[in-house]
Amino acid sequence: MPALFKKILQTGIVTEPLGPDEAEIIQLVAQVDRKVQQLLGRALAIREVDAGSCNGCELEITGLTGPVYDSERFGIHFVASPRHADMLLVTGPVTRNMEVPLRKTYEATPDPKLVVAVGDCAKTCGVFKGSYAVIGSIDKVIPVDVFVPGCPPEPADILRGILAALDRMPTKRT
Amino acid sequence: MTIVLFLVMIAAYGFGAFVALLGGRGPIGRWLVAAGAVIGAGAGCAFGAVVIISGQPFTLSIPELLPIAGGLALRLDPLGAFFLVVIGVGAIPAAIYGAGYTKAYENGRASLRLLGVMFNLFLLAMSLVTLADNVLTFLLMWEGMSLTSYFLVITESSEDGTLRAGNWYAAMTHAGLALLLAAFVLLMNGGAGAFADLRSSAGTLSPEARNLIFVLALLGFGSKAGIVPLHVWLPRAHPAAPSHVSALMSGVMIKLGVYGLLRVALDLLGGGPSWWGALVLGLGVASALLGVLYALMEHDLKRLLAYHSVENIGIIFIGLGAGLIFHSSHLMTLAALGFIGGLYHTINHASFKGLLFLGAGSVLHATGTRNMEEMGGLIKRMPWTALFFLVGSAAISALPPLNGFASEWLVFQSLLGGLNLPAPEIALTIPLAVGMLALTSGLAAACFVKAFGISFLAIPRSHEAENAHESPLSMRVGMMILALACVALGLAPFAVVPVLGGVLAGLGGLPDTRPVFTLDLSVHAPAGFAQISPTWIALGLLILLVLVPLVMRFMRVNRKLRVGDTWGCGRIGQTPRMEYTATSFAEPLRRVFAELYRPTKELSIDFHPESKYFVKSIKYSSRITPLFDRVLYDPLLRLVQRISRQVRRIQAGSLHLYLMYVAVILILLLIAARWF
Amino acid sequence: MVITGYVLEIAQVILALLLAPGLAGFVRWLKARLQNRRGAPPWQPYFELRKLFGKEVVMSNNASWLFRIAPYIIFASTITVTLLVPMIVAPLALDGMGDLLMVVYLLLLGTFFLALAGLDPGTAFGGMGASREMTVAAIAEPTIALAIFGLALSAGSTNLGRIVTQELANTAVTLSPGHILAFVALFIVTLAETGRLPVDNPATHLELTMIHEAMILEYSGRYLALIEWASWLKLTIFFTLLSNLFVPWGIATTFDPAALAVAVIALIVKLAVLGGIIAVVETRVAKLRLFRVPELLGASFVLALLAVTSSFVLK
Ligand code: SF4
Repeated sequence: MPALFKKILQTGIVTEPLGPDEAEIIQLVAQVDRKVQQLLGRALAIREVDAGSCNGCELEITGLTGPVYDSERFGIHFVASPRHADMLLVTGPVTRNMEVPLRKTYEATPDPKLVVAVGDCAKTCGVFKGSYAVIGSIDKVIPVDVFVPGCPPEPADILRGILAALDRMPTKRT
Repeated sequence: MTIVLFLVMIAAYGFGAFVALLGGRGPIGRWLVAAGAVIGAGAGCAFGAVVIISGQPFTLSIPELLPIAGGLALRLDPLGAFFLVVIGVGAIPAAIYGAGYTKAYENGRASLRLLGVMFNLFLLAMSLVTLADNVLTFLLMWEGMSLTSYFLVITESSEDGTLRAGNWYAAMTHAGLALLLAAFVLLMNGGAGAFADLRSSAGTLSPEARNLIFVLALLGFGSKAGIVPLHVWLPRAHPAAPSHVSALMSGVMIKLGVYGLLRVALDLLGGGPSWWGALVLGLGVASALLGVLYALMEHDLKRLLAYHSVENIGIIFIGLGAGLIFHSSHLMTLAALGFIGGLYHTINHASFKGLLFLGAGSVLHATGTRNMEEMGGLIKRMPWTALFFLVGSAAISALPPLNGFASEWLVFQSLLGGLNLPAPEIALTIPLAVGMLALTSGLAAACFVKAFGISFLAIPRSHEAENAHESPLSMRVGMMILALACVALGLAPFAVVPVLGGVLAGLGGLPDTRPVFTLDLSVHAPAGFAQISPTWIALGLLILLVLVPLVMRFMRVNRKLRVGDTWGCGRIGQTPRMEYTATSFAEPLRRVFAELYRPTKELSIDFHPESKYFVKSIKYSSRITPLFDRVLYDPLLRLVQRISRQVRRIQAGSLHLYLMYVAVILILLLIAARWF
Repeated sequence: MVITGYVLEIAQVILALLLAPGLAGFVRWLKARLQNRRGAPPWQPYFELRKLFGKEVVMSNNASWLFRIAPYIIFASTITVTLLVPMIVAPLALDGMGDLLMVVYLLLLGTFFLALAGLDPGTAFGGMGASREMTVAAIAEPTIALAIFGLALSAGSTNLGRIVTQELANTAVTLSPGHILAFVALFIVTLAETGRLPVDNPATHLELTMIHEAMILEYSGRYLALIEWASWLKLTIFFTLLSNLFVPWGIATTFDPAALAVAVIALIVKLAVLGGIIAVVETRVAKLRLFRVPELLGASFVLALLAVTSSFVLK
């Protein structure tokens, strides 16, 4: 047991600051309501929905909660139920089987809520475009507030996308 | 005044029985039968209340009525009066409820005539048990109570298993009667049977005789009360009986076992050595724990409630046991506290268990099933029944501010007083009893989350539950009275405790504890040991329940509410088959206590002939045989069967052979008579 | 003087309500630091409450009125408990209204309704959470009762104010082996009752491992806020019991403002120390399998039994 805590102390805090503002990465499609931003600005609960991605995006999203990116420092955490969520983080193109569940998840989330679509697939269906199993982009099924491009986008980009939706882009290094 | 009430009581019960004998069918007939019982029970209640308040016993002796052994002697002292009140509390709502409930029997499924007659006679016999003042009267009334209740149990004799249940009940109760007979014969010691004589001569008995009498009485009354291991008839007879009768048998009749034990051990024998109390305490702990553990595994709503009766009788016995232990050490105030806890729990159990049985009856009435796995969603279809059942569930789980908490608190406090005991070997068992009592109440809460949650909440699990309907007004009124009683008894311990102190004063040398328990809005255990006030707590809860939403409105909290689909991880469609069942709810506890339950499991999987990867059907079944059935009753029954097989060998069915037996016996008897 | 007592009761409730989210946030922050993360600031739970109160409620169409009333009952019963637990002053004006058993059973009242609310929407996860929560609560009950018994043995009462004042008067009792054993037993129970590791993981996202969280999966908006606040309050209550019943020093016995100020500081320090211990424990231990939990609680029961026996023998 001492060994564990010794290591913890030696390692120190590994969380990295976010890089400089790169707003062009994030495409805002919807104008996010100011009141929503005010309400959710400091405490955001996210429910992740995989609408049919290749899981590449999920791999990056998992990185968000780790010590390096540490989304929790912005008051952002992941929850198990859309009832607790303020934001849906949706990945992948919408497949036929996930269309209804995605809509149900959106309906199950209490207002006010935000939707951030992660990955190229979310907007263009990427390599899955034209597949018989794919319906189309996320905004065909539910309204999207922010798209984060990249295949897959880096955790830092995803974090920036989320913060952009909240209008809380860190302008200086934190 | 008391004689008038007494006569009204007798006359009303008689009237009810008479109307029933004439037929008692149709709405008017059923209501008249019920009216007899309600008036009789009301008069009995008032009669008891007058005796308790005035403290003046009522006596009536009619030696001519039964010219042997002292005749019919009646006397109502405060202890008996308290139990008479308990009978009233249970009987009035049960009778009102029964007026509506028995409508289902109009189609000839059961004899309304027999039911009505026996119902009133049963109440009469129970009332007279509390009044009996000599051995003969007592035993006659006791047997009358057992017989009438036997007929009530087999009301639905056309149903499967009802007669079997009745046989179990009759066998257990008569075994108990035999023990009581032996106890009283020993107690009479060749003298007269008047209780006053017994009381004065009990001191002259040898310690061995006193011990024997105590053990016989404990087993005899215990078989009626349903303590472990004599409880086996309860889970069989209660589900078989009509629900308002179950409510009475479980809420009231088994309490007369408590009455009998108190009467004999404390009043007539005047207490005994500390192991008496320890034995009662131990049986109480075993009953409480095993009762609730088996209740957890039951999915038949009425059987579950029957096992809870075993549990609650156990709690009552813990109180009595603690009382007897303190009594033997002459710690009289503490002894009174233990007895008060037991008696308080007695009336509380009468109210909440009566309520729960009536609620289960309403569910049975509406859905036609006692199996919880086929219920669900009833809270929307039967809102009143659900509310009343919820009150009963919270009360039996000892949640403040309802009545179960008040009495369990008193029992706990009396056990905490155990540190004052001079004998360390007994004092050290007290902490174990405390722990087991706490475990019992925790498990009871778990069990009633199951009972209420699975039966009343979520989506209906069967077509019948889907189409359930609320009960008629009479049944709702019956439940409402008991629900109000649960609330009132919970809020008013400051009034109930002194009354119980008065009831006990003088029995076996107990002091009048009324001055010890002060009458402000809180309840003090003796010597400033501890103090609570459920009344104030209830008030606080109520204020907060109003205040919190008000503050929230004032703070402009978002008050929007949208109703949507249940969140099922995005699944399309939700069916009752996805719900948690009663079995799965109890599964963790079944595994924790697997050593006790020893469940037998059977799993059979039917595969598709082409490939093992495709399963056609899976059958899983698991059974639990209760411990005492396994180790005690099954071997006993097997033995009886073996003996009867042997006996059959000499019964060849030939008339000549039987005549020869008779002749041989006659000759043997003659020789024997000659010899002596 | 009498009025001051009641004012202090109300002040204490407000203090508890204000401290509770901070305590939960502090534990979370410390855990983040122990994971070499920056973590959310300790005051994060206040933001969460504000947010939840501002959101709408989405309710399942299977749920009934019980689902809607349960959060209020849970919240009200937990606040009622704070009226009885001496946080800064002992004895409280309402000390006679309830004792330790009342505290335990009032908390059980909340658990009872929470479990019912978990079953109400008819989801499998809700039922699973309810079943597990009631199992753990039932098995924890004997330890709590015995710990109370142990405390009552030395103080001669189960009323909390009386216990605290008795202990302040008699330091030897407070440091007796019986008390220390009872403390450890109650600490284990605290872990179970407040849903901390190794019994339940407050940070889990996996439904199959949940206990507390599984019951509230259907709750949202203001209802969720009330339930979360009540559960933080419950943590605060258990911590206060652990600190003020076993380490009573610092608590005020008069209504003197200076003593009260000291008491508030002492309380915060004690809560922070206990929070630190919990954070370290949660960093160190892994979650137990559900069916190992009874063994842990069984061990705590044995400890509590030893505590009672030793105080009895040494009496
Ligand atoms: S964007 Fe790239 S990584 Fe993400 S789901 Fe599509 S293909 Fe996979």
